[in-house]
Amino acid sequence: MTAPRTAGPPDDRGRAVIGRVALALAAAGLAAFLLWPQAFAPLLRPLTQNGAPPIYTQTSLLALTLWHLALVAAAVAASATLAVGLGILVTRPGWRDFLPLARTVTSVGQTFPPVAVLALAVPLMGFGSGPTLLALFLYGLLPIFENTLAGLTNLPPAVAEAARGMGMTPAQRLVQVELPLALPVILAGVRLSAVIALSTATIGSTVAARTLGEVIIAGLLSSNTAFVVQGGVVVGVLALLIHAGFVWLERRLSA
Amino acid sequence: MIRIEHLTKRYGTRAVVEDVSLTVERGQIAALVGTSGSGKTTLLRMINRLVQPTAGRVLIDGTDTATLPPHLLRRRIGYAIQGHGLFPHRTVAQNIATVPRLLGWDADRIRARVDELLALFQLPPAEFRDRLPHQLSGGQQQRVGVSRALAARPELLLMDEPFGALDPVIRASAQADLRRIQRDLGTTLVIVTHDIDEAMALGDRIGVMDRGLLLQYAAPGAILTAPATPFVARLIGTDQRPFHLLSLTRVADIATPGMAGGAPVPADATLRDALALCLWSGRDALPVEGGGVVTLDALRRAARPDGRPDDGPPDGGAAG
Repeated sequence: MTAPRTAGPPDDRGRAVIGRVALALAAAGLAAFLLWPQAFAPLLRPLTQNGAPPIYTQTSLLALTLWHLALVAAAVAASATLAVGLGILVTRPGWRDFLPLARTVTSVGQTFPPVAVLALAVPLMGFGSGPTLLALFLYGLLPIFENTLAGLTNLPPAVAEAARGMGMTPAQRLVQVELPLALPVILAGVRLSAVIALSTATIGSTVAARTLGEVIIAGLLSSNTAFVVQGGVVVGVLALLIHAGFVWLERRLSA
Repeated sequence: MIRIEHLTKRYGTRAVVEDVSLTVERGQIAALVGTSGSGKTTLLRMINRLVQPTAGRVLIDGTDTATLPPHLLRRRIGYAIQGHGLFPHRTVAQNIATVPRLLGWDADRIRARVDELLALFQLPPAEFRDRLPHQLSGGQQQRVGVSRALAARPELLLMDEPFGALDPVIRASAQADLRRIQRDLGTTLVIVTHDIDEAMALGDRIGVMDRGLLLQYAAPGAILTAPATPFVARLIGTDQRPFHLLSLTRVADIATPGMAGGAPVPADATLRDALALCLWSGRDALPVEGGGVVTLDALRRAARPDGRPDDGPPDGGAAG
């Protein structure tokens, strides 16, 4: 109670502090760049040629970032709902036979490259955010499903036995014991899906989804390295921050 | 009171428990002992229907347990297992409150009960209430596990190797605590163990199981002096028999009028303690606290199968 959770060998503590400071700096830098991009123009100008603009201004970078995050959040929320639901279902007695089917469905989602999903979805759904949402949703199923399965099946046997022996109903066991204990593992799966979706979402801009990919593609088309760098760095820093946020949450929950 | 009638469990054609019948009177302890694979744990788990019997029935105070929904039955029966099975994400207080919460007790009543149990098991409530299981020692975890089993004041408590993970010193005191608390609460207790010493120390009746059969179900003295089968005799072990027998009787029961020198022995000490004291101090007789003596001769007689002062008939007998 007196020592914080991060307390450990001095080495570890030092590293944890450095990591936290680095993350805080990255978050502050990202916020500053999104709010006042022009202030960073001198920094990026060396990457431009023939007086090209150093900062992407076609669409506000802040708006693109929010669109990007919303798309990822929607896709991951949908993946998590289906994958966790399937994971719960196939670990209930009487539904075990559906495990191979559920596994096939979720791994097909992972096997199909998102680019292929986009190409196939555009004729059906048209240009815009729809195909990207679908691609990210399918791509995110597997990690969450597999982790849900692992979390729910690796319950310590004595704990499972005690929960039954105390007189909990199957639903009470699921809600009060199995899910809380599996939550850190499930969240690790969601983290994986979220980080993958964050970077994969950039290719959505090839079919007119509004994401930070727009900046990168504009840079590639006009040979403007400054655009490519700012799009890439913003996505990268977002991924780091989301990763760190999930790790923090997982640690808190698995105390 | 719990009555088991012709209870059988088969998996396919293999019988794990075969036609077992026994009765445990209210407030008594029945210790089921046997090697691993003898069916003792399956028998225990059929009482709260964690295992569904193939045949036979279990009556608790006259009610056939098959007539109750299993989860409601289990809330009435305390259950403590080896490795305690505490919920790692819940505090000590929340763990103990598991069954009362399932039964819908109000918060004040639950809090009072949790504190009462923690105090009973010598875990100061203010200090332990909000700890998580991993912050406890093995002995403390085990005590919380038993507290949880007793939380809703069950009249019947089932224990499966509850002290299996404890070291011998903590184990002995845990057994003494259990005995004291069980006597105070008047709980009927069925305990499974592979340790014959533990069965002798706790059981009012001992049930010896082997390969699904209940070979003998009798008081410890009868198990020692009249083993029903060679397997029972082998399980007890010939080398420890006299000492087990001595540990079943209190000094006060064989004390005779007289005087002796040296430090006295407490009246509620066992004859085994008295023998140890005689041998260690080189005396032929010990004064008993509160008057009388116990002599080495009397101890020697009491350590023989035909010499017990209160040698009752081998009640219960073999079943199956």
